[in-house]
Amino acid sequence: MAPSLCAICRTERALIKRPKNYAKLCKACFIKVFEDEVHHTITSSQLFHPGEKVAIGASGGKDSTVLASVLKTLNKRHGYGLDLVLLSIDEGIKGYRDDSLETVKRNALQYEMPLKVVGYDELYGWTMDQVVETIGKKGNCTYCGVFRRQALDRGAKMLGIKHVVTGHNADDVAETVLMNLLRGDLSRLSRSTSIVTGDDRSEVKRSKPLKYSYEKEIVLYAHHKKLDYFSTECIYSPEAFRGSARSLIKQLERVRPSAILDIVRSGEDMARLVPGESPSSCACKRQKTPAAPVVEDDIGGCGSSNGRTPGGEMAAMDKQLRENEEHSGLETDIAKTISENKQAEMEKPKELPIRSANAASKGGRQTLGNCKRCGYMSSQDICQACTLLEGLNKNRPQIQI
Amino acid sequence: MASKEDTPKIPITVDFSGGLEMLFSNKRRHQVSLPSLTPEGQPATIAYLIDYLCKNLISDPRTDLFVLDGHIRPGILVLINEADWELEGEEEYEIHKGDNILFVSTLHGG
Repeated sequence: MAPSLCAICRTERALIKRPKNYAKLCKACFIKVFEDEVHHTITSSQLFHPGEKVAIGASGGKDSTVLASVLKTLNKRHGYGLDLVLLSIDEGIKGYRDDSLETVKRNALQYEMPLKVVGYDELYGWTMDQVVETIGKKGNCTYCGVFRRQALDRGAKMLGIKHVVTGHNADDVAETVLMNLLRGDLSRLSRSTSIVTGDDRSEVKRSKPLKYSYEKEIVLYAHHKKLDYFSTECIYSPEAFRGSARSLIKQLERVRPSAILDIVRSGEDMARLVPGESPSSCACKRQKTPAAPVVEDDIGGCGSSNGRTPGGEMAAMDKQLRENEEHSGLETDIAKTISENKQAEMEKPKELPIRSANAASKGGRQTLGNCKRCGYMSSQDICQACTLLEGLNKNRPQIQI
Repeated sequence: MASKEDTPKIPITVDFSGGLEMLFSNKRRHQVSLPSLTPEGQPATIAYLIDYLCKNLISDPRTDLFVLDGHIRPGILVLINEADWELEGEEEYEIHKGDNILFVSTLHGG
């Protein structure tokens, strides 16, 4: 095969074939385009404001390393005026987190960002090693996932920071969309597609600037920029990615790479039909991105294996399904909206009715309160972390005899 | 075996990253002498290299983390001399002396 030239500069040899549009690009043009697209996501969704202090949830893995590198670059190039900090969670898993924390420490030097490490032991009084010792390996991902979700927020609070960005990519979002569709979990489907969760009312908001970035391109970006990242599998669920929704996503990508972004967009469109939720999208046409409320999302989802976790999931799914049944007006709402829109469509065939912002109507929404024990935002009286801790603390004496 | 040893070898560099090095003796870079012809007498391609690595180089018994249904596992990227193998003919690419083949997993977390 004769080497092809870059579709943009037409001088350098193409090294990358983009999954979203099959464009063949050289290294320099690819890096530029990748960064430009993240910049577009950030500006069109108005993710940041000048002077904002932002914590990057950093694991030392590819996604958060690329996120840190790109934010550092864009902050300087476009003058965002952000005060960036790396925030790492130490789950307390010997032989796993130690190595990746070393990577984060190097990243802190490379990107000249301060680093804060928060441990499960100081937050909850338990390391994951101790949790596994107590409850065994089965279902421990649930604990880890629930603890991590709060840990980032609590770590941010300790630093006086109100905004945490995470490295979730398009593949992660597509996977979560599929999982929530299979579960029939509409409110979580809606929240998981939002680029921002939490708003001024909540203490810490979350966002995912790499939401539209392919995992493949994130890895290639890291490779071509020679970024220092660490890849590993958690020793307590080493093969979590096998036989999961993740495999399905990757197989779809192999057949038709655009499938991933298509699923993300479909998820957003479906989320817009969920009553009572306020999903966001690329928000190009919008003034301000509405943020979905932060509830304790994705139980059992762990940072590196989002939605790929066994244990405790079925029970949670069951409960959620029952809650959804209470939203009885749902089915008719959607049908009504669609049929109304169909009429409109006949008059104005060019418009996509589903993308209109008023599709969402009133309906059931989880009421947000605070955990009576720790004060963390929760839809129940006692938050998931405190419930899990209660069980753990009861078991500790028995086990340690 | 004798005929195999008579086959000229192509020296190449094979790299593993993104977590795949764990399947290959925890080593990122391997110098490989690949037979220039397959047992069927065809020129060595990437498909042949993948098969060869599974038979000769992989140190972990879980070969399905590298190959699935006879093809490279979806989610593993292949770069041929830094270029995405999709630009080079994927499995059909004929290996040349001194080629650098990189396998990067996107499947592993941080």
